[in-house]
Amino acid sequence: MANSKTPRLDELEKGRWPSFVKIMKRAAVKKPAAGDLLKQLELSYEEKVGHWKHGGIVGVRGYGGGVIGRYSDRPDRFPNVKEFHTFRVNQPSGWFYTSSALRQLCDIWDKYGSGLTNFHGATGDIILLGAPTENLQPCFDELSEHGFDLGGSGSDLRTPSACVGPARCEYACVDTLDLCHTITQEFQNELHRPMWPYKFKIKISGCPNDCVASIARSDLSVIGTWRDSIQVDPQAVAAYADQGLDIQGEICGKCPTRALSWHPERKELEIRREECVRCMHCINKMPKALRPGRERGATLLIGGKATMKESAFLGWVIVPFMKMEPPYTELLDLLRRIFNWWDERAKNRERIGELIYRLGMRAFLHDVGLPPVPQMVARPRANPYYYWRPEEVRSNG
Amino acid sequence: MAKTDIGPPDYRQMLPPVVQRNYGRWRFHEIVRPGVLRHVSENGEELYTVRVGSPRLLDTDAIREICDLADRYCDGYLRFTSRHNIEFLVSDQSKLEPLLQELWKREWPVGGTGNSISNIVHTQGWIHCHTPATDASGIVKAVMDDLYDHFTHMDLPAKLRISMACCLNMCGAVHCSDIAILGIHRKPPYVDKELVSKICEIPTVVAACPTGAIRPNPKEKTVEINEERCMYCGNCYTMCPAIKIMNPETDGVAIFVGGKVSNARTAPMFSRLAIPFLPNNPPRWPEVVEAVHNIVQVWIDHAQKGERMGEWIERIGWERFFQLTGIPFTEKHIDDFIFSVPTFRSTTMFRW
Ligand code: SF4
Ligand code: SF4
Ligand code: SF4
Ligand code: SF4
Repeated sequence: MANSKTPRLDELEKGRWPSFVKIMKRAAVKKPAAGDLLKQLELSYEEKVGHWKHGGIVGVRGYGGGVIGRYSDRPDRFPNVKEFHTFRVNQPSGWFYTSSALRQLCDIWDKYGSGLTNFHGATGDIILLGAPTENLQPCFDELSEHGFDLGGSGSDLRTPSACVGPARCEYACVDTLDLCHTITQEFQNELHRPMWPYKFKIKISGCPNDCVASIARSDLSVIGTWRDSIQVDPQAVAAYADQGLDIQGEICGKCPTRALSWHPERKELEIRREECVRCMHCINKMPKALRPGRERGATLLIGGKATMKESAFLGWVIVPFMKMEPPYTELLDLLRRIFNWWDERAKNRERIGELIYRLGMRAFLHDVGLPPVPQMVARPRANPYYYWRPEEVRSNG
Repeated sequence: MAKTDIGPPDYRQMLPPVVQRNYGRWRFHEIVRPGVLRHVSENGEELYTVRVGSPRLLDTDAIREICDLADRYCDGYLRFTSRHNIEFLVSDQSKLEPLLQELWKREWPVGGTGNSISNIVHTQGWIHCHTPATDASGIVKAVMDDLYDHFTHMDLPAKLRISMACCLNMCGAVHCSDIAILGIHRKPPYVDKELVSKICEIPTVVAACPTGAIRPNPKEKTVEINEERCMYCGNCYTMCPAIKIMNPETDGVAIFVGGKVSNARTAPMFSRLAIPFLPNNPPRWPEVVEAVHNIVQVWIDHAQKGERMGEWIERIGWERFFQLTGIPFTEKHIDDFIFSVPTFRSTTMFRW
């Protein structure tokens, strides 16, 4: 490889994990853009610095988002990535595909783009990586013709995503896929036309295992849960014990609220329903014996986000339990009230969690019409700095 | 003109028949072997899932290869996970072994289930973003090469979730991962004053700074940065390209540990700073690979069965974590941003 043009990147063809460099090289055989991308990346590896220009607004007719503009800062050396824009294509709920749908995408992308993609981007969209400006509209037209649409970008609703849910998971307490699809369809305008102070993310997990990290990564997190007791199959419990599972140590001993007792003589697992906080641990460890209860719905949490700019937040409980059945009117109405409240008050680039922190949870709950309940807090305030609404105050009473 | 606002393809058209028949009726699952799940429904039907690691960056040939495999072994149905894994959905058990053989031949890694490391969630880096402090794909490749056996074997105390983001924007939302690899800058940005006055909105730039380090300079229609307050987040650069934050000499990588998102046993938690800086050393970032390897190994050696990284550290105490890993504790580990107070120790209970 003495005359390789990419000696540094070649090092990343070694090793057992699949190599993105091999993939880029293969794409480069067919597409000059992929070839220039590879060479520009080699330059970044040499200089330890990126070579993409800052921003650039591009798009398709009728939408304000869904395409990210990207321009090389060395078009002199890498003319084929002078314009190298990205499509965010809205994934089907739960990232399920037929091979024919994926082949359709490949054919379109080979025609208009670099042939490179990400399955998937951080928010969940299919990422089509790199097309020149003039190809954006025809590429979108063809995507649309074949039933695909763009996802969110900029200050809009970002593409909602959901865990695999009832399609393949016995833990799912809500129909994550249907809910995700319904929300996405309901808010197409908010998704495609950025008109908000900043982004808004929605993620849906079917149970508190939260496989899509909704509590950390979404402004509005929907997490399936239940209200009655865990369902127990006593025979299956006994079978786990017979197979040598240390039920006392690994199950009861790890229950966060000591809600479980193991009676080895009877091979019986006792669950104190009022102590269980539905953490999923025992169910995860004994899926054949334990299942979520029958009275199912979701907990809603608000404000989850990464660090920028006022610190990272994990979502805060605002609705401990809501039934989640089609047509999901209660949730959709609440979402509209939340969007409006935030849209009317937030500063530029202020996420809803930061706004609630600035104006107070009290104001948020009052304005969107959610009653305060103890499930919302880990513990009550320790300071005496609280407000009274004038109508609440009468002398001596 | 193309139709707009049609929304994504309906997932119902993408579900394999066995899923359509058993939607919401799965009874239990088990991990047959690393990377292979068996789901059984109430009526006894089975679905095998084969989980395969991918580099996230795929060309159309790779996607067609995956489609060919899905056609041959899964009647054309597959899915992806939120961590960039491919999942082949096998409804005919007799096709499971041949699929695994073929994946083995084609060098696609099968694993990522149970007490193993799953794929590393990551971002664009030098491949396609304008603000990175480091590359993402290269570090991920080097780290996964090193931890490969923990992907294909379920030999860890608990599951291990590593994430990588190439700047503080954290598209990869790394802030709740067992191990987070984060690209960081270390020098205040350089303000191209003339350009600022031409292309940037001053109030937006001033408002972008988390620490109030940016002052407007109305006379010259530019801004000034109080270098003592700047902690190099790059948010001003996001708002204004005339403020340059990238610096090939001083940019690098930080490591945070102990986060989780699942509610199992313990509440979700943030990852916290372990290593403030490691050099950017492409193409294989040996310092980063070594640091991650060390943390994983110390966790393997000391954690109890079933303990996530953060649960283990919270049990033994952070002071012991630094001792066991040999990572030096510095002033940088002590929070001085706006929510710092609850992280200070307000008890006499601690370990030596
Ligand atoms: S979040 Fe719960 S329901 Fe959804 S896939 Fe994970 S374990 Fe299953
Ligand atoms: S779900 Fe969690 S809290 Fe409830 S009984 Fe099981 S381990 Fe305990
Ligand atoms: S983390 Fe930062 S550098 Fe990396 S892709 Fe996101 S914005 Fe770009
Ligand atoms: S890099 Fe961050 S902290 Fe420094 S001046 Fe810019 S916005 Fe402020």
